[in-house]
Amino acid sequence: MTDQAFPTAPRRSRNVPLSKIALRWGLYLILCVFALYYLMPLFVMLTTSLKSIEEIRSGSLVALPRDITFDAWATAWSGACTGIQCEGLRPYFWNSVLIAVPAVILSTGIGALNGYVVAQWRFRGANLFFSLMLFGCFIPFQVVLLPMARVLGLMGIAGTIPGLIFVHVIYGIGFTTLFFRNYYVSIPSELVKAAKVDGAGFFRILWSIFLPLSLPIIVVTVIWQFTQIWNDFLFGVSFSQAGTQPVTVALNNIVNSTTGIKEYNVDMAAAIIAALPTLLVYVVAGKYFIRGLTAGSVKG
Amino acid sequence: MSEWLERHIPKIVMAPSFVAIMIFVYGFIGWTAWVSLTRSRLLPKYEVEGFFQYGRLFAAPRWDTAMNNLFIFGTLFILISMVLGLLIAILLDQKIRTEGVLRTVYLYPMALSMIVTGTAWKWILNPGLGIESVVQGWGFENFEFDWLVNPDYAIYTVVIAGVWQASGFVMALFLAGLRSVDQEIIKAAQVDGIPTRRIYSAIIIPSMAPIFLSAFIVLSHLAIKSFDLVIALTGGGPGYATDLPATYMYAMAFSRGDIGQAASSAMIMMLVVFTIVVPYLYSELRAKND
Repeated sequence: MTDQAFPTAPRRSRNVPLSKIALRWGLYLILCVFALYYLMPLFVMLTTSLKSIEEIRSGSLVALPRDITFDAWATAWSGACTGIQCEGLRPYFWNSVLIAVPAVILSTGIGALNGYVVAQWRFRGANLFFSLMLFGCFIPFQVVLLPMARVLGLMGIAGTIPGLIFVHVIYGIGFTTLFFRNYYVSIPSELVKAAKVDGAGFFRILWSIFLPLSLPIIVVTVIWQFTQIWNDFLFGVSFSQAGTQPVTVALNNIVNSTTGIKEYNVDMAAAIIAALPTLLVYVVAGKYFIRGLTAGSVKG
Repeated sequence: MSEWLERHIPKIVMAPSFVAIMIFVYGFIGWTAWVSLTRSRLLPKYEVEGFFQYGRLFAAPRWDTAMNNLFIFGTLFILISMVLGLLIAILLDQKIRTEGVLRTVYLYPMALSMIVTGTAWKWILNPGLGIESVVQGWGFENFEFDWLVNPDYAIYTVVIAGVWQASGFVMALFLAGLRSVDQEIIKAAQVDGIPTRRIYSAIIIPSMAPIFLSAFIVLSHLAIKSFDLVIALTGGGPGYATDLPATYMYAMAFSRGDIGQAASSAMIMMLVVFTIVVPYLYSELRAKND
C-alpha cells in the first residue's frame, strides 16, 4: 500500500553507531506494541468466534481456541435471534447489499454530474450552491430525522428498502459532489473551451474527456460511499421496520437481545460478518480508502 | 431552442440536486426548528409557543447528563486521539521499513462500523469474562475493572473504544502533514546540528497547524454525532449514565414519543456542530475563492 500522500523517505546510510541501532530496535518495539493494541480487538473477536460457549466461560479472553468450531459462525449467519425472529444475519446482510449497491451507484453518478458542473461550467450562483451543499455535509443528521420520517411516510416508502436508498442518496450527494468537484477543478478549463470550439456539447465533453480521466476519483467515491452506507446505523434504525433492517441494526439486535443466555461467540462471529465487506474493501483498496478519508475531511 | 438548452444545461443538471438540498437539508432544518418552538408531543403541532421546549430540555437531568457526557467524551476523545495519532505518526516517520504494513494495521478500525467496534469492546471490557478476568488470571486477584457497568466510569469506556477507532485516522492525517513539510528546511536544520526533538517541536509541528485544525474539526464532528458507538457499547446505560445528545434525541423521537424534546435537542446539537464547523468552512471557502 504505497500512496502519493506518504512518499517514502530515502534510505539511511550504513555504518551506524550501536546506540542508534538500539534506539531503532526500541522504536520498532514501540510500533509493534501499538500494532498489537489495534489488532487485539480483532484477534479477540476472531478467537472468541471460534470457541464453544463452554470454552469461553472456562478459558481466558486472550487464549487461542482449543477446539476450533465454526458453529457460532453458522448460527450467526442463519440462526441467531434478532428479537423474535431467528434467521441470523443473512437476510439483513442482503438488505444491506440491496441498499448499498443502488445508493452508491446513484449518489456517485449524481456527484459526478454536479462536480463537473461546479468545477467546469460555473454559472452565477454555482459557488453559492456548492457552499450550501458543503454545509449540508456537516449537519448532524438528528436534525433531519423527524421530518424525513414524515416525508418517507407521505411518499409511501417508509420502512422500505427504496426509502433507505433514497435517504442515503440525498445525504450522500454533498460528499460525492465535493469529491468530484475537487478532482475536476484541477483539469484545465482550456480543455473544455477547446472542445466547445470544436462543437462538443455538455454531455459530449463529460463523456469523452472527463469520464475517461475519472477512474481514480470514481474508485475513491465508490469506496467512501460504500463504507458510509454499509456502516450506517442511524438511518437504518430510524427508517426501517422488521424485515428491512440493514446488517448493522440486525447485529445490534442480536448482541442486545435479552432472551436466552448470552452467546458471545455468536455475537463476535456476527460482528465479523457485518464488518467483512468494508474490511475487504479496505484491504484490497486501502490507498483509495485513505485518500477518500483525507480528501473528504481535510479539504473543503 | 437547442441553443437555449445547450446554454442552460448545466443549471438544469444541477437543479434536482439543488431542490433536494434545499428541501431535505435546509427545509428540514427549518421544520425541526419550527417544531422545537411548539408544544408537540406524540404528534407535531404547529402553533409556535416560544422556547418552552428548550426550557424543559435544560431542566431535564437526563439532558444535563448527556451534555456533561458529551463534554467529557469529546474532550478526552479529541485530546487522546490527537496525542496518540501524532505520536505514532512521528514514530512512523523515522524511515520505518515496514511502514506500509503498520499503517494498514493502525488504520483498519476506521473501516469498521461503530456498531462492530462497540460490540467488540463490550465483550473485551465486560467485567465477568473480559480484561478483568484476564488480569485476575495473571495473579492479580484483586484487580477490578468494571467501568462498563459502573455509572461513574462507563463514559470512559466509550472514550476507549472511540480512540481505538479514530486515532489511526488522525495518524494518517498527521503523517501526510509531516511528509508535506519542506524537506530542505529540515535538512538545513540537521546540518546545523539541531537535535531531532527540537526540529520537531520548533519547525515541523508548528508548520502543521492547519492539520491540527482539520483533525480537531473532524474529531469534534465525530464526537457530536456519536450515536452508534454508545448504542452498541452501553446502550446509553447503566441507566442513562452514558447518554449523549444523539442518543437522547433518538430516545425522545422514537421511543418516548416526545417530538418537541427531540426537535429541540437536535437543534442544540446542530448549534454545537455549527459553532465549530461554520467558521472553519467559511475560512476554507474564502481562502479558495481568493
